[in-house]
Amino acid sequence: MAVTSPSETSTQPRRTRMGGVRRAFAPVSEARGMTRTMLWLGAGITLAFALIALLAPVISPYDFDTFEANGKRFPQLAAPSREHLMGTNVQSTDVLSRVIWGTQTELKVVIISLIISIGVGVPLGLFSGYFGGKLDRVLVLIMDALLVFPFLLLAIVIAFLLADKVGQGIFTAAIAITVVYIPLYFRVVRNHTISIREEPFVEAARALGARPLTIIRKYVFFNVVQNVPPLATLNAADAILTLAALGFLGYGIQPTEGAEWGYDVNRAVSDASTGIWWTGLFPGLAIVLLVVGLTLLGEGLSETINPVLRKRPVAPVDLEASHPLKVEDE
Amino acid sequence: MASKGTSLRKYALVRLALVLPMVFVLLTMVFLLMRVAPGDPISASLGGHAPQSQIDEIKAELGYDEPIWKQYVQYLGQIARGNLGTTVTDRRPVTDIVRDNGAATLELTFYAMIVALIVGVTFGLLAGRYRDTWIDGTGRLFGIVIYAMPVFFLGLMAQLFFGSYLGWLPTSDRASPIVQATMETHTGLYTVDSIINRDWPAFTDSVKHLVLPAVTLGLVTAGVFIRLIRVNVIRTMKDDYIEAARARGIDERSVVYQHAFRNALVPVITVVGLTVALLLSGAVLTETTFNWPGLGHTLVMYLQNRDYAAVQGLIVVFALIVVVASLVIDFVNAYIDPRIRY
Repeated sequence: MAVTSPSETSTQPRRTRMGGVRRAFAPVSEARGMTRTMLWLGAGITLAFALIALLAPVISPYDFDTFEANGKRFPQLAAPSREHLMGTNVQSTDVLSRVIWGTQTELKVVIISLIISIGVGVPLGLFSGYFGGKLDRVLVLIMDALLVFPFLLLAIVIAFLLADKVGQGIFTAAIAITVVYIPLYFRVVRNHTISIREEPFVEAARALGARPLTIIRKYVFFNVVQNVPPLATLNAADAILTLAALGFLGYGIQPTEGAEWGYDVNRAVSDASTGIWWTGLFPGLAIVLLVVGLTLLGEGLSETINPVLRKRPVAPVDLEASHPLKVEDE
Repeated sequence: MASKGTSLRKYALVRLALVLPMVFVLLTMVFLLMRVAPGDPISASLGGHAPQSQIDEIKAELGYDEPIWKQYVQYLGQIARGNLGTTVTDRRPVTDIVRDNGAATLELTFYAMIVALIVGVTFGLLAGRYRDTWIDGTGRLFGIVIYAMPVFFLGLMAQLFFGSYLGWLPTSDRASPIVQATMETHTGLYTVDSIINRDWPAFTDSVKHLVLPAVTLGLVTAGVFIRLIRVNVIRTMKDDYIEAARARGIDERSVVYQHAFRNALVPVITVVGLTVALLLSGAVLTETTFNWPGLGHTLVMYLQNRDYAAVQGLIVVFALIVVVASLVIDFVNAYIDPRIRY
């Protein structure tokens, strides 16, 4: 039983365990032109931020909440200078250090929230889509209701409630963001599972007596999972914005626990009226740059993987090895 | 025509019937989140220092001492009667808040949507039409950067540049204090009211105050339109009927402008509906940045005061706005595109 991914028809399907993954990612190496540029530029920016986050203790001149060195307090709201490349803020902390440590906070929160939302959303979508029935209907109703909600408001409410009960921190922020994204994964995976479920190869597997779990794992999962990387990357970008927004409204990370860009921008609003630009500009730019990087990566991925957008000559139809795939409406 | 009318009415009724369970689920979710979550909302809103007798008194007054299922039934009944509850901290009915602050949000989001449509449609069509050229590159880069821009950061930069540096535009509030105090309100929308009053200085003043927040929010929302319209144009240009139009010898210009663009723009109506949720989220941030006295600004204020009842009521308002907006969009779509009705 040849399981052919819709994304490529030229190479022979492999039967190894990682074959599915490799097949799913095959289009990446085939990307050309602007898509390729976007893909690599995005990957570069993202990687650079990841490095900054990892090396924060080494490269950051001070701690995120240090306001003095050698017993001398830093000047308040000092313009960028050689001592403080990005100036200092109203609490006399070094803006550059806060931006660097902020990278760590943002990435930590985003990674945690992605892991949880994929870990919950993808299996739920797979099972709900494959088995259907009452559970499916209830889940769809709940998820649709969650999607109707303005996502930021939902995150704010969750963060607000959790802040009262467990306090503000990286986990609180991550969970608030997770709740927003689970429905997205659920919906994409569920809809795709439903279309895959009706494919001849799944029917054949069923006819051979494969158990539902085996079918889901071996035949459905790898066909569905290729939607996840672009979605996850774009969600990561979105999650950064949501976290920054939460921080801006005061529901992000406790100021004592870590530096967070959105919170810093919020503090900078009151500086703006006096023309002080450095406290807001640098953390804001960091948000923009990281989100741009992740978006480029995600868009590049989805353009390489989504057959509708992919720009390649149509491969000759080989009826033996390929099967038509219903193109999902995106 | 008669058949169109009946099928449209039928569609509208079915769609309305489908919305009710959705609203019910939404209301239940809000209730579960706000009330069933452990903790005591009343003492939280009083700062945790109020004497027990006072807490009990307020609890009894607001019906918080009843069993939870009874509260739930009461809550649904109240909402069905158009009562969204009363705030704990300042005892304002939520409906009053909507009346007093809703207009500010409506004014902001309406103009922001116009900005978003103008920018989004222009860039989106151009990027899709000239795919893989520098125009596409610039358009997409703009789309991505503007999407990556947190609305509050763009707002802050706008304040710094046009407010503090150039000194051209005001950076907070809906109008100067004097205008706000003297404005005779009809609709609550300052730009409309000042026209009705034929008060041109007030009109200029409120437009000036509106420019930065509306453009900020509009630009950020435009990113969504750019992406979607671009993809739509690309998809439409690949359609068979475009090929057919070309084969008939229709010149490329009218193929693109008459055939492709028109069809690529139909889904924009749907997207307008989808962006309502986005606009409201953005409005919360924009209003906070520009000190714009709308619903979002009020919500943030009540969040800070830990006023659960107010937060609950306002969240219900936001959710209902989104549901109603998507309903309206579906009707418009059904009216335009007969395929949806059947």
